[in-house]
Amino acid sequence: MKRFNKIFTVVVLFFLYIPMIVLAVASFNSGMDIAVFKGFTFDNYSELFRDSVLLPLLLNSVIVAVLSSFIATVLGSAAAIGIHSMGPRLRRFTMGVTNIPLTNPEIVTGVSLALLFAFVGTMMKINNILGFMTLLIAHITFNLPYVILSVMPKLQQMDPHLEEAAMDLGCTPVQAFFKVVIHEITPGIVSGALMAFTMSLDDFVISYFVYGPKFVTLPVEIYNYTKKPLQPKIYALFTLLFAAILLVMVLMNLLQVRDMKRNRENRRAFRRKQVNV
Amino acid sequence: MSKELIRLVNCQMAFDDEIVLDDINLYFNDKEFLTLLGPSGCGKTTTLRIIGGFLKPTNGDVLFDGERINDVPPHKRKVNTVFQKYALFPHLDVYENVAFGLRIAKLSEDEIDERVTDMLEIVSLKGFENRKVSQLSGGQQQRVAIARALVNRPKVLLLDEPLGALDLRLRKDMQNELKRIQQAMGITFIYVTHDQEEALSMSDTVVVMDKGRIQQIGTPEDIYNEPKNAFVADFIGESNILDGVMLEDRLVKFFGRKFKCVDAGFEKNEPVDVVIRPEDIDIVPPDDGHLCGTVTSVTFKGVHYDTIVDFKGFKWLIQTTDFHEVGSYIGIRLEPEDIHIMHKSEYSGMFGDYSSYSAEYDEMDDPELYLEGEPDEAEDSAEGGEDEE
Repeated sequence: MKRFNKIFTVVVLFFLYIPMIVLAVASFNSGMDIAVFKGFTFDNYSELFRDSVLLPLLLNSVIVAVLSSFIATVLGSAAAIGIHSMGPRLRRFTMGVTNIPLTNPEIVTGVSLALLFAFVGTMMKINNILGFMTLLIAHITFNLPYVILSVMPKLQQMDPHLEEAAMDLGCTPVQAFFKVVIHEITPGIVSGALMAFTMSLDDFVISYFVYGPKFVTLPVEIYNYTKKPLQPKIYALFTLLFAAILLVMVLMNLLQVRDMKRNRENRRAFRRKQVNV
Repeated sequence: MSKELIRLVNCQMAFDDEIVLDDINLYFNDKEFLTLLGPSGCGKTTTLRIIGGFLKPTNGDVLFDGERINDVPPHKRKVNTVFQKYALFPHLDVYENVAFGLRIAKLSEDEIDERVTDMLEIVSLKGFENRKVSQLSGGQQQRVAIARALVNRPKVLLLDEPLGALDLRLRKDMQNELKRIQQAMGITFIYVTHDQEEALSMSDTVVVMDKGRIQQIGTPEDIYNEPKNAFVADFIGESNILDGVMLEDRLVKFFGRKFKCVDAGFEKNEPVDVVIRPEDIDIVPPDDGHLCGTVTSVTFKGVHYDTIVDFKGFKWLIQTTDFHEVGSYIGIRLEPEDIHIMHKSEYSGMFGDYSSYSAEYDEMDDPELYLEGEPDEAEDSAEGGEDEE
C-alpha cells in the first residue's frame, strides 16, 4: 500500500509538471521541430533578450504587477484591520462578501469590469478609457481579497491586548499600529503581497477585457502570438516566467515554514516554562 | 495614604443593555494599595478598564485629581496597566520592551538607559536586557510587564489579575515582590483579582464586588471580621451562615438557643444572618457543648482538618487541628466574639450551608449554581436537612 502511495504521487506530479518539462526542454532545443531534440543551445534565450517587442511587454507586466500588488497590499491590510475591529456578525458578512470575488469566474469579473469602465468612460466623455489605469485598477481589484485573506488570520492570532498596551504606554492609535501591530502581522502582509504579485503577473483573462492598445501586458500579447506558429524564443520566455513564479512560491513557503517553526518553538518554550516554574 | 487621586461617581456600564457596572461610587487614595475583589463577571475588570481609559462609562464620571477624564484617551492618562497575560511586545527584547514608553515620550538616550537599567534592577532582571521575551519564564515575563509600566513613573498602576497565570509558589513570591515594589515606588496600585487570599495579604483597602455592585469596602481585617452580607462572608474565607433573630443588643437567638454576642444596633427581634467562622469554633465533649452534633466527614488539609458536623440537619464546617472520627458525637462552644451578626440581604440563604460540601473548596466561580436554590432553603434545611445540589 505504501509503495502504491509513492508511485501514485510520482505519477500525479509527473502529469502536473510534464507540460512544463516539455516546454523547458523545447526552450533549449536548437531545432524548430518540438518533437525532435536536435541539440542543446542557449540561442533561444539570447534571441529573447535581443527582442525589442517582448522585453518591453515583460516590463509592462512587471510594472503593473508591482504597482497593483503594492496598492492592493496597502488597501487590503487596512481593510483587514477594519474588518477585524468589526462586531462578529458584521465581520462574518464582510468576509463572505470578500470571498465571493475569489470564486467568481474570472471571465465574469473581466466582462463586468470592462462594462463598468465603458460606462464610466461614457459618463465622463472619455473616448478610449481602456489603458494603463483601467488595467491597474482591475488588477488591484482582483488582488485585494488575497491580501485580506492572508492578513486576517495574523490579526486574529495577535494578542488583542498588545495594541492596548502600546496605547497605555503613550502611543496614539496610529503609533500603536506602526510600532506594535504591524510587526505582528508582517508575515501575513508579505505573503499577501507575494500572492498578489504572482496573480497579477500572469493574469490573462481579466487583463484581456480591460487593456488598451497603448499598454499591453505580456500574457495578453502572448495570446495573440499563439494564433500563429510559436517561435522558440517564446518557450524560453515561458520557462523563465515559470522559474520566476516557482521562485516566489518557494520563497513564500519558506517564509510560512519559518513562521510555523517559530510559533512551535514559542509554544514549546511556553510549555517548558509551565513545567519548570 | 493621604489625598484622593481618582474618584468614580455614579459610574454605570452597559454592553448591549446588559448592565455590567451598576452605579459605582468609589475613590482611590494616593499611595494606596487597593484591590478590587470578586468572582468572574462581577465588573472588576470593567472598572479597571474604565480607569485605564479603554472603556467609557455609559453614565457617570471618572475624576482624576478632581478633573473629569471620561474623554481622555489612554495614552494621555497618567496611568499604566499591567495586563492579564502581560501583553509584552514579542518583536522587542526585554530592554526595548521596558524602554518602549520612554521612547514614545522622546526622552534622551542617556535618561532612557538610566531609567531602564534602574527599573530592571528593581524587578531583579539585571542581565536579561538582550533576552527575547519568549525566552523568559512566566514570572520573568510578569516582572518585565511591571517594569515596562512602572518605568514611566505613573501616578497609578493598574494590575489586571497579574498573577493569574503563575503557579501557587511563584504567586506567593510575586505577591511579596509587588508589595515591596509598591512601597518602594510610593505610588497607587489598583489590583484586580478573584483570589481572596491574595487580596487580604497585599491590600490596604479591599473592595468586594459582585453583580456589578460594590458589596463592601474596607481594610482586609474589616472585610474578614465584619462582613456586611452573606456574599462577602462566604467569598472571603469560609463561613457558616445561619438564620437568627436579634432579641436585643448583644443577644441573638439561633438553633433555638440564645447566644451572647458583641454586635448591637439592630431592631428588636430583627431577623439576621449569623456568621461563624470555621476556625473560631471550639470542639468540646458533648456534655459541655452549646450545641451537639455528629461528624459526617473529615478532610485533612495540612494545617488543619475540615470537619463537617451535622447539627439537626444543618451542616457546619469546623476547622480544627484535632482529629474527630466520622460518626463521633461532639459538642461545640461559641464565645460572644466568635459570632458575627449581619443584616439580611439579597444574598441571605444562598451561602454558608455545608450540606452539599465536597472536599473541594467552593471557589464561587459559578454563582449561578447557587442562585438557583431557594433563598429560604438554609432556614428550611436547619430543620428538614434537604440537600441542595
